[in-house]
Amino acid sequence: MTRKESAFMSVNQRLDSKQPPKSLLICGGHVIDPANGVDGPADVFIRDGKIAAVAPKLKEKAERTIEAKGLIVAPGFIDLHVHLREPGQAYKETIATGTAAAAKGGFTSVCAMPNTQPVNDSVETTRWMQSPERGALVNVFPIAAATLGSQGEKLTDFYALREAGAVAVSDDGRPILDDQIMREALEAAKRTGFPVIQHAEDTRVTAGTQMNYGAVSLRLGLRGMPAEAEAAIVRRDIELARKTGAHIHVAHISTAAAVEEVRRGKREGVRVSCEVTPHHFSLTEEAVAGYDTRYKMNPPLRSQEDREAMLMALEDGTIDAIATDHAPHAHHEKMVEFDRAAFDITGLETALGLGISELHEKRGIPLQRVVELLTANPGRILSLGGRGQLSAGAPADVTIFDPKRKWTFDWKESRSKSKNTPFGGWKLTGKAMVSIVGGRLVYEAAK
Amino acid sequence: MNQPARGSLLGLENLTTKEISSILQEARKMKRGKVKPVLSGKRVVLLFYESSTRTRVSFEFAAKALGATTALVSASASSIEKGESLIDTGYTVTSLGAQAIVIRHPSSGAPYMLARHVPVPVINAGDGMHEHPSQGLLDAYTILEHKKTLKGLRVAMIGDIFHSRVVRSDVHLLSKFGSKVVLCGPPELVPDISATLAPGVTVTRDLEEALTGTDVVIALRIQKERLAGLQLSLGDYIERYQLRPERLKAAKKDAIVMHPGPIIRGLEVTSEVADGPNSVIREQVRNGVAVRMAILARALA
Repeated sequence: MTRKESAFMSVNQRLDSKQPPKSLLICGGHVIDPANGVDGPADVFIRDGKIAAVAPKLKEKAERTIEAKGLIVAPGFIDLHVHLREPGQAYKETIATGTAAAAKGGFTSVCAMPNTQPVNDSVETTRWMQSPERGALVNVFPIAAATLGSQGEKLTDFYALREAGAVAVSDDGRPILDDQIMREALEAAKRTGFPVIQHAEDTRVTAGTQMNYGAVSLRLGLRGMPAEAEAAIVRRDIELARKTGAHIHVAHISTAAAVEEVRRGKREGVRVSCEVTPHHFSLTEEAVAGYDTRYKMNPPLRSQEDREAMLMALEDGTIDAIATDHAPHAHHEKMVEFDRAAFDITGLETALGLGISELHEKRGIPLQRVVELLTANPGRILSLGGRGQLSAGAPADVTIFDPKRKWTFDWKESRSKSKNTPFGGWKLTGKAMVSIVGGRLVYEAAK
Repeated sequence: MNQPARGSLLGLENLTTKEISSILQEARKMKRGKVKPVLSGKRVVLLFYESSTRTRVSFEFAAKALGATTALVSASASSIEKGESLIDTGYTVTSLGAQAIVIRHPSSGAPYMLARHVPVPVINAGDGMHEHPSQGLLDAYTILEHKKTLKGLRVAMIGDIFHSRVVRSDVHLLSKFGSKVVLCGPPELVPDISATLAPGVTVTRDLEEALTGTDVVIALRIQKERLAGLQLSLGDYIERYQLRPERLKAAKKDAIVMHPGPIIRGLEVTSEVADGPNSVIREQVRNGVAVRMAILARALA
C-alpha cells in the first residue's frame, strides 16, 4: 500500500467507524431542490437516513448540526455514467476508490457501466458490485449489459438483472448496431421498466479513428470519426423507441446533429433522454493539436459548433443531464503514441466546478438549472429509489457546495486511482463541501 | 511534460518563414562549400519505427558528413519489438548519450510525444499521415534551384493527398511563402476539406485544370498500406490521374515534375514522365543530404 492510499484509507475508516448520526440538521443554507421547486433559504432536517423536513428556520433538535451559511444545499448529485473498473481492472480503479472520488466531487450516487471484466451481464456480477465488501462510499447502481458479453447477439435477462439491482441496460462502448436486436432490447426494457442506454457510434465506420473528423483531424493526420456516425445511431434508436414506446437514453451526446435528432424526438413525444459530459461542453477538438493523449476521448472532442450546440441544448432542455463518463486508465495506457492510447478521462471531481464555471459563470445558465442537470433529471431518467430530490421520506442524500469557491484542480490530489484528466491546473469556481449518503457524512472538505 | 528542446524540428506548420529561409540558406552553404565537421563528437540516434530508404540514408550521410556518430535503431531489430514504449526508448537512447534523435514513426504526433519527454532535440523524419518537414524543406530547396521565388508560384499536387505527410509539410511551407497550391485527385484521396489545410489552397477533381499553367507538379505515391476501407479502383485512378507526357503539356513549358518517392512507375506516373526532361526527382534526393545537414547543424551545432 502506498502512502497515498493509506492516507485515503484513514479518511474512509474515520467516516465508516462512526455510526451515522440518528438526526442531522443542515441549517442556514440556500436550498436548491428543482424537483420540488425550492430555491431559497431553508434548513434540512434528516432523521434515520431519510429527509424529514425542508423549511426555513427549523427548530428540530439534532444529534449533529452542519452550518451551511453561504452554501447551496442540494439533493445528492447523481452521475448516470461512470466506469468503476471492478470486477477485473482494479489496477485502473476500484469501486472503493471510484466512489471516494465521487464523494469528493459531490456525487452521492453513481451508475456503473458494464464494460468490466467479465462484462456485467449477470445477476452474480450485478450483486457482487453492490456488496458491502466493495467498500463503496456512495450508492452504486449497476447498469447491466443489454446483450450477453456485450456481443450484440443475445439479450441478457433484464428482469432478473433488475431484481438484482440493475437500473438500466447498455452495451456502452460496444453499441448495439443490429436493428432487430436493438428493437428486442427496447421491447424487453419497456416490459422491465427501465431504459436502454446507448453509446451512439456506428462502429462500422469509426474503426481505427482517433478524434473528431474535420479540418483539425485532417491537419493532424489523425483518422476522424464523422459526426454522422453518432447522429445516424441516435436517429435509428429514436425511430425504434417511437415504434416500441420504450425509453431510449443517449449516453454522452456530442454532436449538433445528434442533439437535433433528440430535440425533434422529444417534440414528437418519443421517450428519449440524453446526457452530456463536462468535457464536451468545456473543450473542443482544437485541444488535440499537441497530440496530448489526455484529450483523447470517445466520443471525441468535437468542433466549436458542436460545443455551442451542447450549450444551447443545455439551456433549452434538450439535454437532460450532466454525466461524467468517468473513465480511469493507468498512466502507462495514456503515455503512448496518440493512436495507441486509451480513450477517455476521469471526471467525478471536476464535474461540478466545470458545470458552474462553464455553464453558470461564463454562459449565464441559472444555478438552479445546473443543479437540476445533476439531480432531479438524472433521478427521473432512472429509478433510483426517490433520489435526486429532497422530498420528505426520500433517502437523505445531500450535497452541500460552495457556488463561489475558487479553486485549482490538482490531479495529484485526486482520490481516483487514475489521473488521466486534462483539467489539472484549471481554475474552477464551485466546489463540493459536504456529501451525505443516507444521512451519513461521506465527504467533508477542509475549511 | 516539457517543451521540446531547442533545435527540434517537429513540423513546418509552426515554423516562421524566417526560420525556414535560414535552414534553406544554411543548406545552400552545405551544398556549395567545404563542409566543416561542426558536429564532431556528437551522437545522433536514428530511431526508425517504419521503413525508409531515402530519409534514413540521407540523415545518416548528413550526420556523418558533419562529423557526428550515428546509431540506427529500427523497430524490428531492437527492444521495441519486445514491447519497450516510445518514451522508454527515448529515455534509453538519451541515457546512452544520444544528443539528438531523428525519428520516423507510423503514428501521427509520435515525435511530439517523444520531444516532451527527452531533453535533446527531436527531428521528425516523418510521422504517420502528419508531417515530413525535412522533405518539405528539400522540396522547397529544389523548387528554388529552378524558380526564382515561391511567391505566386502555382504548384499542383496530384494523388494521395489524404494519407500524405509530404503534402502537409509542403502545403504549410508553400502557403507561408505565398504559392498557390492546387490539390488534385478523387474525393477518397482528396476530401473537400483539404482546402482548409492552409491559406491559398484549392481542390480540384480535374487533372487538366490542376495542370494548366502550373509551374511545379508534385506527384504522390498511392499509399496502398494506408488505404484501409477505401473503395478505390486503381484502374480508374490511372485512367484519370496518372501523369503522362501528353497530359503534362497543359503545364508551363518550364514546369518541373517532382515526387517524394518511392515512385511506383506505371501507377501515379509513367516512366516517360519520371525520367523525362522536366523531372527533377533525382535532384530532390540529392538535395536531401544538404538540407538534412542544415537541419542537424541547427539542432546541434
